[in-house]
Amino acid sequence: MAEHLTSIAINGMLGYGYPVASLHRGLEHGPDVLGVDAGSTDAGPFYLGHGLPLTAPRQIERDLRPAMLAAKKAKVPLIVGSAGFGGAKPHVELFLSIADRIAREEALRLRVAVIYADLDRAMVVDALVAGQVRPLAGAPALTQGAIKSCTQLVGQMGTAPLIAALDSGVDMIIAGRACDTAIYAAMPILRGFDHGLAIHMAKIMECGAQCGLPLAPNDCLMGVIKRDHFLIKTLHPERRVTPESVAAHSLYEQPDPYLIHEPEGTVDMRDSDFEQIDPFTVRVSGSKLSSPDGPTTIKMEGARLVGYRAVTIAGIRDPNVIANLDIVTKRAQEMAFSNLQGVSPSNVTINWRAYGRDAVLGQHEPDRQRAPHEVGLMIEAIAETQDLASTVLAMLRSSALHCPFEGRKTTAGNLAFPFSPSDLAGGPVYEFSAYHLMDVEDSAKLFKPQIMTLGLGA
Amino acid sequence: MSKLGDMAQVLRSKNAGPFLITVDIMFDSEDAFQRVLDSGAVTSETVAPRYGLPADDVRVVSYARAKAIKVTLPRLWGASGAGSAGDRDVYGAQQHAPLLNIDIP
Repeated sequence: MAEHLTSIAINGMLGYGYPVASLHRGLEHGPDVLGVDAGSTDAGPFYLGHGLPLTAPRQIERDLRPAMLAAKKAKVPLIVGSAGFGGAKPHVELFLSIADRIAREEALRLRVAVIYADLDRAMVVDALVAGQVRPLAGAPALTQGAIKSCTQLVGQMGTAPLIAALDSGVDMIIAGRACDTAIYAAMPILRGFDHGLAIHMAKIMECGAQCGLPLAPNDCLMGVIKRDHFLIKTLHPERRVTPESVAAHSLYEQPDPYLIHEPEGTVDMRDSDFEQIDPFTVRVSGSKLSSPDGPTTIKMEGARLVGYRAVTIAGIRDPNVIANLDIVTKRAQEMAFSNLQGVSPSNVTINWRAYGRDAVLGQHEPDRQRAPHEVGLMIEAIAETQDLASTVLAMLRSSALHCPFEGRKTTAGNLAFPFSPSDLAGGPVYEFSAYHLMDVEDSAKLFKPQIMTLGLGA
Repeated sequence: MSKLGDMAQVLRSKNAGPFLITVDIMFDSEDAFQRVLDSGAVTSETVAPRYGLPADDVRVVSYARAKAIKVTLPRLWGASGAGSAGDRDVYGAQQHAPLLNIDIP
């Protein structure tokens, strides 16, 4: 077994950009593997449900090309997790087409392992019936109807499928939805390093240089794992790390700063030690993995279509309208539905948001009673079809514009519209219909690497 | 008396998955961190009412290694998680605001 293994994270999200000079500085350290996380659920259910990335394809290409060239130059594998953002089949296929185009333009011929993350609905229903599915904190219980209604349903793969792919000696792994940690823990685990250290290191690396000072999800980060510790190193001359900045990273987007739950088990960081080696390097030790007693658990993510959105935005400057805003919106909604014959209010979701007053926090806004001098009013309608959503919105908009109230002096209109046309079609609206844990006997059977050739001669 | 928002070096919120919001309150000095901890002004019982939640739904843990306090609560908006109909803050990035004006003796 080698004494150390060096990994480079391209950045925290493929498509966010990074200084290519950082990557080249990393190459001078002789990395064993490059990785990048390309997906997330942070931006909401639309991207998973609709099969589109958050980051523009041109930005994915811009970030991916130097990474593919660097991996080729260093003769090491490049691992991409959650390809195409949502990590479902349409995302992976979009990503594959981008990677193939780059390979052809750069005259590369690459052996690639593609690992789809899509879950078979019938298999998930069977698991639900067998009591092998449970909701994550805050999520509702899963139903068979919710499983069947998913437009996309994926599982987050852990390290096992990536290790199988690495073992077959590929140039690149394009994984569908994957645990962020799997991207950077797979190679260290394959090479026999401590699993707890590998997963803790991976957890820090998956965000790029987010643990740096200044923090930057859009910069590279290096991790060097050894027998009983790992090193986190920044690759930009103006970006440092401290024991505190690295330790603080375990707070980010995590409900618990001491424990990381992954398919491999739970990593306990209560006894982790962080030590400054030089201004760019922190040494971490003491993180421990406890493996699960029972079966492996994977996280499922599914999204379903709930309707279509129409939206408009208008300014309000007249203090009388602002003072009577709740009356205006209530009355306008009643007027609108009295004119929309045959449309039941229960079939339409309507939201009024008063930016400048309480749009972000609703009834929890502590300063709700402080009268703003200007309000941005957003009116939203969600209905079964775009046509119905747009029709309802148009009626709400005109009703609000001309809505009477006591003491009204602005009798020509309550709202200042910035655009013509004023109404925007927001398109399909999704929601997370599955966000659950599922017990699986063998995750390698769920996520099977398929070997193919990209680029020249493919 | 000081405001928590003035004492903290970082006071941020973010999704921890589509159904939880987590708030990080980080301090640049051990004194400030200890003063806030010792004050008892940031606990499940004091935070929960600011979000209209029962105290049992709010978890507060301190993380001395980073001079930080972490508050985790259920997502407040969106009928079915982040980005569903009725949401106000898809990333959960502005849900820390009700904690800014907590008084710290």
